[in-house]
Amino acid sequence: MSIILDKVNYIYSPDTAYQIQALRDINLEIKDGQFIGIIGHTGSGKSTLIQHLNGLMRATSGAIYFHGLDIYDEDFELRELRNRVGLVFQYPEHQLFETTIFDDVCFGPQNQGLTKEEAGLRAFEALRSVGLPEELYYQSPFDLSGGQKRRVAIAGVLAMKPEVLILDEPTAGLDPAGRDEILDLIARMHRERGMTVILVSHSMEDVAKYVDRIVVMNQGQVLYDGVPREVFRHYRELEKIGLAAPQVTYLMHELAAAGLKVDAEATTVEEARACLMEALTGVSSARRDIHRE
Amino acid sequence: MLRDITLGQYYPADSVIHKLDPRVKLFGTMLYIISLFCFRGIVALLAATVFLFAVIRLSKVPFRFMVKGLRTIMILMLITAVFNLFLTPGEELVSFWKLKITAEGLKNAIVMAVRLTYLILGTSVMTLTTTPNQLTDGLEKALAPLSKIGVPVHAIAMMMSIALRFIPILIEETDKIMKAQMARGADFETGNLIAKVKNMIPLLVPLFVSAFRRADDLAMAMEARCYHGGSGRTKMKPLRYQKRDGLAYLTVTAYLGVVLVCRWFLPWPM
Repeated sequence: MSIILDKVNYIYSPDTAYQIQALRDINLEIKDGQFIGIIGHTGSGKSTLIQHLNGLMRATSGAIYFHGLDIYDEDFELRELRNRVGLVFQYPEHQLFETTIFDDVCFGPQNQGLTKEEAGLRAFEALRSVGLPEELYYQSPFDLSGGQKRRVAIAGVLAMKPEVLILDEPTAGLDPAGRDEILDLIARMHRERGMTVILVSHSMEDVAKYVDRIVVMNQGQVLYDGVPREVFRHYRELEKIGLAAPQVTYLMHELAAAGLKVDAEATTVEEARACLMEALTGVSSARRDIHRE
Repeated sequence: MLRDITLGQYYPADSVIHKLDPRVKLFGTMLYIISLFCFRGIVALLAATVFLFAVIRLSKVPFRFMVKGLRTIMILMLITAVFNLFLTPGEELVSFWKLKITAEGLKNAIVMAVRLTYLILGTSVMTLTTTPNQLTDGLEKALAPLSKIGVPVHAIAMMMSIALRFIPILIEETDKIMKAQMARGADFETGNLIAKVKNMIPLLVPLFVSAFRRADDLAMAMEARCYHGGSGRTKMKPLRYQKRDGLAYLTVTAYLGVVLVCRWFLPWPM
């Protein structure tokens, strides 16, 4: 059970002076329950790629299979696919339109054909899980702060109970506190509901901390695909394409180069601290041995 | 989806026509249109054809881009041709049932079809070789004398260029919001008219909100850079006539002269 992309190509404005190939022969398999980070420079094709996953964009060539079914098949229900693959766009707060927050979150479930009561229940559940104070539920979404609006917009997609949740730069334009809140929320959804999560980002720190697989895109192609430590091992190549490894990776590499026996491939601060402690106590115990002699 | 819609169908290329001053292209197109509506006879038609195709050749824009514009007026052209064909009184050529085709009708139909085709092709040359911003620049400069009698030429030109600048942005925004709502299960295609209009609300409300937000931001940014209207304002790329612009004016005037001479002095069907 998974999403499989087979040699997917996409060309914007074909046969005009503005023709751009956004995706080149993308092959990917997204397994159930994975937490995947897609990183890449602006214009690398990340956003184009994720819009293929729920059928909003149609590949110029290539095939996409959802649970073994070809989504470009005539009998395939794209609406059903969109119910099961939830997509949160960049700056999702710009899509809010209803008079109250509650109604806005009900929009998705109601389009799924649920009754008003069922949709309402889903909306409550979703709003609670994004941690919005209850007294705000019946206010206009346009009066909220930026971070709150974004949480409402994410709730709008969560209320549809998708199996796969895709988020395009969910932390763009948020302050550090707002960023952590959103990312923790996403990580909780992944942990508690077993959702497959795909997080598009260009912040290495965010990605390294949460995901268990990283896909690096460059010029419409998949450059690297693997667990964070594997991918960040190529930090010099990543720099060449305008990306960078998490800062802590640099620190650890430099410490290792300076002769400290640390694991240079630590990708999160926690990991780095653990192996630094080990290395430092290791060094001091070695010194003690020398003193004794 | 909506990305493929282009307004101001500029085709970038490095040609003499592209480099011409936009004023030349504006006035040239105007004179060309005048010539189309007063030409008579085969010699004038030949002159128009040679002139048009020479300009198209010089512009280095592939011909298929020119023809694109024709598709939209195909129906108009057919209707005009059919009306001219059957409803012009005169010497009868063929007749069946209550309809008859006259020699004058045939002539009118052909002339109208040619005129419309040439009109679209000619104006396409202008829009394909001039960016919308150049056009507004040219318009502002060309209409500048009107500001003496109180016409806010600069403000109009500024509004035009802002509007033009915002069209692709708003199209992109529409596309994005549409997709975001489709991802939430919205349906913009099926249903009757009332349902369709109702389904547009999730698209239109965010679109208006964002248009106002963008307008606010832009006004703020312009004021922060001390924009205060047109008086005393200089341009980064002021329009100045070059030698080639003079030559272009001469060519167009000469062409118009030929057409007028044909109209007044040559007997039909010459």
